[in-house]
Amino acid sequence: MRALSHLDALESEAIHIMREVAAERERPVLLFSGGKDSIVMLRLAEKAFRPAKFPFPVMHVDTGHNFPEVLEYRDRRVAELGERLVVASVQESIDKGRVVEQTGPRASRNQLQTTTLLDAIEEHGFDAAMGGARRDEERARAKERIFSFRDDFGQWNPRAQRPELWNLYNARIRKGEHIRVFPISNWTELDVWQYVAREQLELPSIYFAHERDVFRRDGMLYAASEFIERYPDEDTFAATVRFRTVGDMTCTGGVLSEARSLVDVVDEIAATNVTERGETRADDRVSEAAMEDRKRVGYF
Amino acid sequence: MATSKELLDTELLRLVTAGSVDDGKSTLIGRLLYDTKQILVDQLEHIEDASRRRGHDYVDLALLTDGLRAEREQGITIDVAYRSFVTPRRRFQLADAPGHVQYTRNMVTGASTADVAVILVDARQGVIEQTRRHSYIVSMLELPHVVYAVNKMDLVDYSEARFDEIVRDLSELASQLHVHDPAMIPISALKGDNVVDKTDAMPWYAGTTLLDHLESIELAADLNVADRRFPVQWVIRPMADEHHDYRGYAGQVAGGTWRRGDAVVVLPSGRRSTVASVETLDGPIDEAIPGQSATILLADDIDVSRGDLLADPDDLPIVAREVTARVCWMSERPVEVGARVLIKHTTRTVAARIDEIVSVVDIATLEDTPSPGKMELNDLGVVRFRLAEPLAVDPYARNRATGAFVIVDEATNETVGAGMVVDAASS
Repeated sequence: MRALSHLDALESEAIHIMREVAAERERPVLLFSGGKDSIVMLRLAEKAFRPAKFPFPVMHVDTGHNFPEVLEYRDRRVAELGERLVVASVQESIDKGRVVEQTGPRASRNQLQTTTLLDAIEEHGFDAAMGGARRDEERARAKERIFSFRDDFGQWNPRAQRPELWNLYNARIRKGEHIRVFPISNWTELDVWQYVAREQLELPSIYFAHERDVFRRDGMLYAASEFIERYPDEDTFAATVRFRTVGDMTCTGGVLSEARSLVDVVDEIAATNVTERGETRADDRVSEAAMEDRKRVGYF
Repeated sequence: MATSKELLDTELLRLVTAGSVDDGKSTLIGRLLYDTKQILVDQLEHIEDASRRRGHDYVDLALLTDGLRAEREQGITIDVAYRSFVTPRRRFQLADAPGHVQYTRNMVTGASTADVAVILVDARQGVIEQTRRHSYIVSMLELPHVVYAVNKMDLVDYSEARFDEIVRDLSELASQLHVHDPAMIPISALKGDNVVDKTDAMPWYAGTTLLDHLESIELAADLNVADRRFPVQWVIRPMADEHHDYRGYAGQVAGGTWRRGDAVVVLPSGRRSTVASVETLDGPIDEAIPGQSATILLADDIDVSRGDLLADPDDLPIVAREVTARVCWMSERPVEVGARVLIKHTTRTVAARIDEIVSVVDIATLEDTPSPGKMELNDLGVVRFRLAEPLAVDPYARNRATGAFVIVDEATNETVGAGMVVDAASS
């Protein structure tokens, strides 16, 4: 006899976590961004609950500045699975005056989505939101629990976390509180790509090398789009790029790459020398504690 | 770094590190990550920057593991951090538990999921109170493997005599506390000796490096394949015409190997059946092994729900109304005899009353104090619980999955303790 392979062990752990959430919370929701991590989450939910339907809907927080390829993928994938999709819209939050749109070349809706998310959780009465965040993404994440407790205001308090032992998760909360649950906490970027390859999961096309108009800012390559205002000296040029993460177009950078297939991408990741968020996420570059600060106020 | 193909089929080793900042634990972790090429350019730039700002003239590898703002400001570690790294031979999941006295609960938390503990020993100080405390905890948590990394060998002139002296003390401690599979390795995390790369500084040491040792540990041998246990987590009922009669019992195998045709008893009800099929999304599988999430279908239409335990009728757990357990108390609020709590054991949560606090251990002397009356934060002791409803348990020493439970405060919903079954009785 041999032990489970690392992918099988991580998969079994994630399935166990999802089933605990379904069993112990009344109104869970699965957060879906269209990114590779949430695509893996959808597959894990199939593994946990088929041949039955998911015991929760899938929710996308739509900033209104998403890559069109990702929205197309989202709608098609959820329809194929025959599951329920809830869309929470940042544009609506802006229209209702819940948040104020930033302006200028540095404007981004990334921060605004926290309000949209918290409003949607309250509106639908969700008491557990499962997300595809991983501990290897960022230093504050490394200290967050798999079941991460949020107070009435959606806030995370890193000094008052519940001890988490064995595979015994405490999902108890009071009314108005909710928990964020991260079933793939212990996965790395490479694990995710290996899993995508093993399970032959389809990804949005922007994950693979393609030609598009980009411009350079802060050492990163951004997709030129109507959603992002450029400084006068920021000229666009055509480049062959792929995206390592899929966020809002205003804060997600691409990398120069010729990796057009899954195998090429996995090899490129295995040989990479910059972290995913360091390379392509402007939102984490703001300060040394950028993620910690956003998490404290209710970010994913 | 290894290629993607080499990495596809490795095993996952979960380890916990114990020690304080002074033992060089953060430096050791930094060294492991650095020498296995896990630190990427932006992370290295980040710690180079931070080292300069603090006035260091070297790259402080300890900064890699400091996650939260308060920790960076105070130069301490306040919580368990989880990190991953990978070598061509193994995928590692590391729980980094702070070593200060007040953080016993973090050590217990980090150790609960670990296959291996790495305990830091300062070569200048040898076996100290903290070493005894960490050894006690890894023994209590029944970790199957323990490595003592005797660090700062550079500060004792790489002395063989000093290392031998520490090995003698550690061997005595390990045998006294029943520490499983102890190994001792002389290292210098700061210099990189014997962490990932073998050193020339200690030609007298014929053993493996720390990483080599961690890569060679046999994990399959730790699986409990003897006692078939399967806590039912979730009942899959599709409610669709094509799967009209489908009832799948989903869960994670807690012991034994599950195959079609196996006899089953459902606990606590005692009803019996046979395994009709073991399945995953991909269809029926030959067997499910410990740690694997799977769905079991039974041959008979009997009443089974979440919280039930499927087990081997010829090898029963104890269906207990009374449980004696080793407990780590994790709440700021002390607990006294008579307290009502909730116990979450596998997939079942029951109310319980603390009938007796049998003893707490004095962590400095490792001696038991009988009948202390109460337990405070970070106390380790033995507690007798009376359960409102039965739980099907095994001694923790026999099965870490069916012998473990967490204690939850019904009023605050906080997790206030961890328990490991020593003994149980049915009445």
